[in-house]
Amino acid sequence: MASRIDQDQVQHVASLAKLSLNDDQLKYFTTQLDEIIGLFETLNEVDTEGIEPTSSVSDQINVMREDVADNWGQRDALLANAPESEKGYIRVPTIIDESEDE
Amino acid sequence: MNYFEKDLTSLHDDLVAKRISVTDLVKATFDNIAATDPDLNAFLALNKDAALKKAAEMDEKGVDPDNILAGIPLAIKDNIVTKGLTTTAASKMLENFVPVYDATVVSTLNDKGVINVGKTNMDEFAMGGSTENSAFKTTKNAWDYTRVPGGSSGGSAAAVASGEVVAAFGSDTGGSIRQPSSFNGIVGMKPTYGRISRWGLIAFASSLDEIGPMTRTVKDNAILLSAVAGHDDHDLTTSTKEVPDFAAELNDQTSVKGMKIGLPKEFLGEGVDQEVKDAILAAADKYRELGATVDEVSLPHNKYGVAAYYIIASSEASSNLQRFDGIRYGHRSKDVKNLEDVYVNSRSEGFGDEVKRRIMLGTFSLSAGFYDAYFKKAAQVRTLIINDFQAVLKDHDFIMGPVAPTPAYKIGEEVSDPMTMYMNDILTIPVNLAGLPGMSIPAGFAKGMPVGMQLIGRPFDESTLYKAGYVFEQATDFHKQTPKQGGNN
Repeated sequence: MASRIDQDQVQHVASLAKLSLNDDQLKYFTTQLDEIIGLFETLNEVDTEGIEPTSSVSDQINVMREDVADNWGQRDALLANAPESEKGYIRVPTIIDESEDE
Repeated sequence: MNYFEKDLTSLHDDLVAKRISVTDLVKATFDNIAATDPDLNAFLALNKDAALKKAAEMDEKGVDPDNILAGIPLAIKDNIVTKGLTTTAASKMLENFVPVYDATVVSTLNDKGVINVGKTNMDEFAMGGSTENSAFKTTKNAWDYTRVPGGSSGGSAAAVASGEVVAAFGSDTGGSIRQPSSFNGIVGMKPTYGRISRWGLIAFASSLDEIGPMTRTVKDNAILLSAVAGHDDHDLTTSTKEVPDFAAELNDQTSVKGMKIGLPKEFLGEGVDQEVKDAILAAADKYRELGATVDEVSLPHNKYGVAAYYIIASSEASSNLQRFDGIRYGHRSKDVKNLEDVYVNSRSEGFGDEVKRRIMLGTFSLSAGFYDAYFKKAAQVRTLIINDFQAVLKDHDFIMGPVAPTPAYKIGEEVSDPMTMYMNDILTIPVNLAGLPGMSIPAGFAKGMPVGMQLIGRPFDESTLYKAGYVFEQATDFHKQTPKQGGNN
């Protein structure tokens, strides 16, 4: 059977999803995803001409509310969940990759 | 505390009559957990100090005789956020995450005097059907410790079935309440989409996710659904429909006489274990005996449910899980040189294989050039699946069938084969796609393991399911059979 997704495509999808895969993982996921996408393609048997897609089954449609700011007063508890924080701010590593400037 | 001999009503009577204090009930529940959980592994975190403190306050104040939930200890699935108590969704990504607010179901239960004893194990981010995808531990089936408890709410199911707690809450995106309830011989309700607020449920697939109660009896389940259902301004998909007192409708007069039940032929087809089929056919005969009619019906698009579901659920998951970026909370990789590394390495280290698989399937299905062929097609097939149910439920009060094609399988047996795992969801998934209420109740045994019967109703008609479940429960004794200590059945 022709493959439905190859390693290059899986690598592309992984990069879109901000995931990195080593060579073993790439092989492993490519085989599995190919098989699962084969399952997806069974939907081609179904005639969906003129059928509206369903995106929600809620009985509530476009509920509006006032846009009101609400201060939960929990800055410290929120920051406690940040991997790194300093002086009330979330700290992130240097954004510019200096290794490429050398 | 022997929860096998108790239900919410009798526990409430004991508390009101002061035959037991709230503190002693909570302590006894932790004793159950201490005795059973080192082997069963149903819990990821215990809430001991806060639970005992609340119990002491309630004893001080006295138990409200009009509030059946006052002082009742319960367990909560670990994808439902609890203020100040670690909530991980069984993922390394959230290993040290301490929520700053309570989910609406949790705050509602707290206000009603329920005492949360702890957080139960699950498949990572609720992705899986065996709880083997937990990043932390493998929960066992309460009936046989060599078998899976089902999933993703496997910890909640095992905790209730083993008698550690009287009830627990789970979540169900494609069967995650009903299938573990079936595998462990308990009652699990996935209510209608929009019945219960998901505010504070860690989102997996937002058009499918629903929270629901898991209990040993139908009546206890009905009591808990009424307690937590209703509109919530924090979740605008919740319905404004009135919530009935479901348990008040369950009594000696409750009957299925004259009800019309549909039994879809697709639910007893190829791949369904013969003993499971036999149990469901025997249940159909029981309903006939009790005065209902059962006809064979057809859900012709049912077989496409798994494919449509794994496209839709994975697509929604790939979007929902973008928030895990290693910046504000959750795991951050130490091996980083720049911002891109923070994202990529944190996510690659923090997520397990099943989560990565679904994120990639979703990203693929939504990507340029594939959207129409996959996502849109699945959303159209979803419409056809909904139409099938509507056609049957127009002239049937509810649908019955098995919950899962087989009873609980061995730990390690299927986890390495995602396709087989996905196909196991074939009987529960269509109900989520259609947003209908579905309940699992004990209906027999296959190979010594519990078999659950699934009852599927019209939107917002959990009431009929509870009535039909209650009548079946009163006429049979499957729910009275309990696993032996240590899962040596």
